Amino acid sequence: MQTHFTTEQLRDPDIASSNRELRTCVHCGFCTATCPTFLLLGDELDSPRGRIYLIKDMLETGRPATEDVVRHVDRCLSCLSCMTTCPSGVNYMHLVDHARAYIEQTYKRPWPERMIRAALGALIPNPSAFRVALAGAQLARPLAGLIPGQGMLSQRLRAMLRLAPASTPSPSPIERPAIHPAIGPRKARVALLAGCAQQVLAPSINEATIRLLTRLGVEVVIAREAGCCGSLNHHMGQHDAAMARARANIEAWNAEIGVGGLDAIIVNASGCGTTIKDYGFMFRAEDAPLREKAERVSSLALDVTEFLTRFGYTPSRPAPDLTVAYHAACSLQHGQKVTADPKTLLKAAGFRVVEPAEGHICCGSAGTYNLLQPAIANQLRDRKLGNLRATRPDLIAAGNIGCITQLGGDTLPVVHTIELLDWMAGGPRPEPLKN
Amino acid sequence: MIPLPAPKQDVLQRRAAIVAGLRDLLPESGLISEPNRLKPYETDGLSAYRMPPMAVALPETTEQVAAVLRFCSRNGVRVVPRGAGTSLSGGALPMEDSVVVGLMRMNRILDIDYADRCATVQAGVTNIGVTNAVSANGFFYAPDPSSQLACMIGGNVNMNSGGAHCLKYGVTANNLLGLKIVTIDGDILDIGGHHLDAAGYDWLGLLTGSEGMLAVVTEVTVRILRAPEGARAMLAAFASNEVAGACVDSIISSGIIPVALEFMDRPAIHACEAFAHAGYPLDAEAMLIIEVEGSTAEQDDLLGRLSAICNRHDPISLKVSQSAEESLAIWKGRKGAFGAIGRISPDYLCMDGTIPTSQLPLVLRRIGEMSAGYGLGVANIFHAGDGNLHPLIMFDANDPASFHKAETFGADILRLCVEVGGCLTGEHGVGVEKRDLMPVQFAPHELAQQRRIKSAFDPDWLLNPSKVFPLVGPAAGPVLSMAAE
Repeated sequence: MQTHFTTEQLRDPDIASSNRELRTCVHCGFCTATCPTFLLLGDELDSPRGRIYLIKDMLETGRPATEDVVRHVDRCLSCLSCMTTCPSGVNYMHLVDHARAYIEQTYKRPWPERMIRAALGALIPNPSAFRVALAGAQLARPLAGLIPGQGMLSQRLRAMLRLAPASTPSPSPIERPAIHPAIGPRKARVALLAGCAQQVLAPSINEATIRLLTRLGVEVVIAREAGCCGSLNHHMGQHDAAMARARANIEAWNAEIGVGGLDAIIVNASGCGTTIKDYGFMFRAEDAPLREKAERVSSLALDVTEFLTRFGYTPSRPAPDLTVAYHAACSLQHGQKVTADPKTLLKAAGFRVVEPAEGHICCGSAGTYNLLQPAIANQLRDRKLGNLRATRPDLIAAGNIGCITQLGGDTLPVVHTIELLDWMAGGPRPEPLKN
Repeated sequence: MIPLPAPKQDVLQRRAAIVAGLRDLLPESGLISEPNRLKPYETDGLSAYRMPPMAVALPETTEQVAAVLRFCSRNGVRVVPRGAGTSLSGGALPMEDSVVVGLMRMNRILDIDYADRCATVQAGVTNIGVTNAVSANGFFYAPDPSSQLACMIGGNVNMNSGGAHCLKYGVTANNLLGLKIVTIDGDILDIGGHHLDAAGYDWLGLLTGSEGMLAVVTEVTVRILRAPEGARAMLAAFASNEVAGACVDSIISSGIIPVALEFMDRPAIHACEAFAHAGYPLDAEAMLIIEVEGSTAEQDDLLGRLSAICNRHDPISLKVSQSAEESLAIWKGRKGAFGAIGRISPDYLCMDGTIPTSQLPLVLRRIGEMSAGYGLGVANIFHAGDGNLHPLIMFDANDPASFHKAETFGADILRLCVEVGGCLTGEHGVGVEKRDLMPVQFAPHELAQQRRIKSAFDPDWLLNPSKVFPLVGPAAGPVLSMAAE
């Protein structure tokens, strides 16, 4: 597509990068077809091509973001389904990331929204603060029905209370910075992203990961000073906070590489994996040592199912006679293009694996999306659960805590893929399957 | 640049009242009128032409479409119908004084009749959406434009879209049984039904391919067909475009009708392979995708005969797809071909001429010569079996001289198509892109007769202005202006 940037504008590395993507786009419109919001709302402005056009206009004119542009960019789930569809190879993720940071810098949101976004950006990435906030939400849960009105603020408060779990598991000691030695001869050494929200909501996922990996002969390091990957802030356009969190991880893992070497950095929350694999791009304008460290981290990052596929996985229990509907998290299938590995592993573990119709369409979780855009998120969840139920499964497996929370609470148990793989290789039966 | 008619000043002056009037006819969020929200609607798949409309209406029912058209007709407002906005000929290009009627919200499957083998869907259902709705029962909808993932059935009717598999099954016109249309006066008409051959004049034939200039299509009844028992694709690689072209001619003249017979040249093969990883022959100058279908015995017999024909043209390689995944990747590459050119060139013009297949070797050679003459790259991707060419002319839209050259080059190709006994458009429609070449194809009295048909449906020429007919007579505005810089 034609663009209209001045030479002066193109000196900004972010504009230069976005210009490259805009020039790659040929405006063919294929992306509209697989965009969840275009499907629901039927408006070009709520499609990738429409958003690209809005972003292009905003960046070209250099004017502050307007409420109209913000509304349509905010409605983007960042599911990246459009990137799987795009024949031209436009990196929409980098474009929309740039737009979000630009919006944050140039647009003043109404105060309730500023408060909510600031609170989410500060609380969720910090496990102890998030735990306290959830305890508060649990107390307030019965009051959800009393919040009046259909305004965005009321909808968002109700969504937050609804999504807060009825009880929070106790913190797991296994997630403290430590080295978990391999059982038997050590065949590999990896770092595990302990994460933020996931360890509060479902510590069993990290427990299963560490159990399974160490049993296979992998030494697992939870690095000191590593924490939230930065995605939450990144997706809300909170650029500095995102970079600070990413930088902490980059330094922590590089320190670990210096101490004992790392064969991989394992991620078991695919939303985080997409961002960590992009650290190299995020730090592209930094000076050499940091830039190279970021690139090293991105090149070592693997989803846990990618690692297991390469490393080898064999079950030790007999096949469990269960049908698993595999829910492909968008960050895994579109963000990281990991599609076959989880299903192949689940089949190898002895499960019957079925896939829902519209597997490429997002469940509506999308990080904080289900808190910030509850109406669209709820429609997508119902659509997804309908398609999953139609496959008549015994349970649902997914590789991302966001999807697990979004799809949970229904009659079907939702379990992380790694918990099922651990169970079949000698670990305990996952909690949701114990009745 | 192709000139566009000047806007009607009186309409622009009444803008606020027109927007308010339209707003009353549509559901909440059904009307867009803010300038920065109109911008993404200023163009379609031919993004070199751009013009933001006065407003965009997003109706949800046929009745709302009728109300909007009645209102526009009474107020002398031009109307541009739009589906998914994937037109490569600028078929959905708005005018400054026009209202875009977007049918994307009308995306429901209304009825599937397996006994009579047809389906009725709203105009905003995607082409693939029709097949998806019936595939679990072993049926499919045959016409398959490359943009079938995104393009909508209403647009397919208006452009009489084809596709790779039309060699065997025919184009949209051959797969259509009924339409619900809204005239510019707001009257709702039902045409055809669940049976072949509609009553009275051949309205379906007239409206199919009418490019949104006669009426707005809101519902479509299409034929659905039993899916074949199986299908297999073969890749045949050749050392030159002309040899591949000669091979196409041999296949067609042998009497075999493969279900698809597609041509890609070297630049196209490389761009598409990078996208689809289909195992295309990267050492070839040209490649044919030949697909056959039916029982395994039928496929084997046809592939054997086709291989023998290919072998007479000294192929570099012949490869038969060994699995469903491989076939899927082969088609993914072909269907994503236009967009994949975005990997090797920032912009392209996609031509769409049709020629007798016996002329393929000559026309391909001449296109190659023109490419060298203009100094612009060309990727050739097309439905070879139908003789429907899609040369993609690569240019840089940030360089106006390059765009001008590309347009002139494109016009030369289309003139060549007419010269060898073919026509200006196979399936993309005339739109704004080929409008001024219509006199190359038609004599003045032939164009005049077509204009009379347009006037019979739309006396004030309000529907899809500035498309198809050169800007003389009723198609012309008071002054000519340029669409874009």
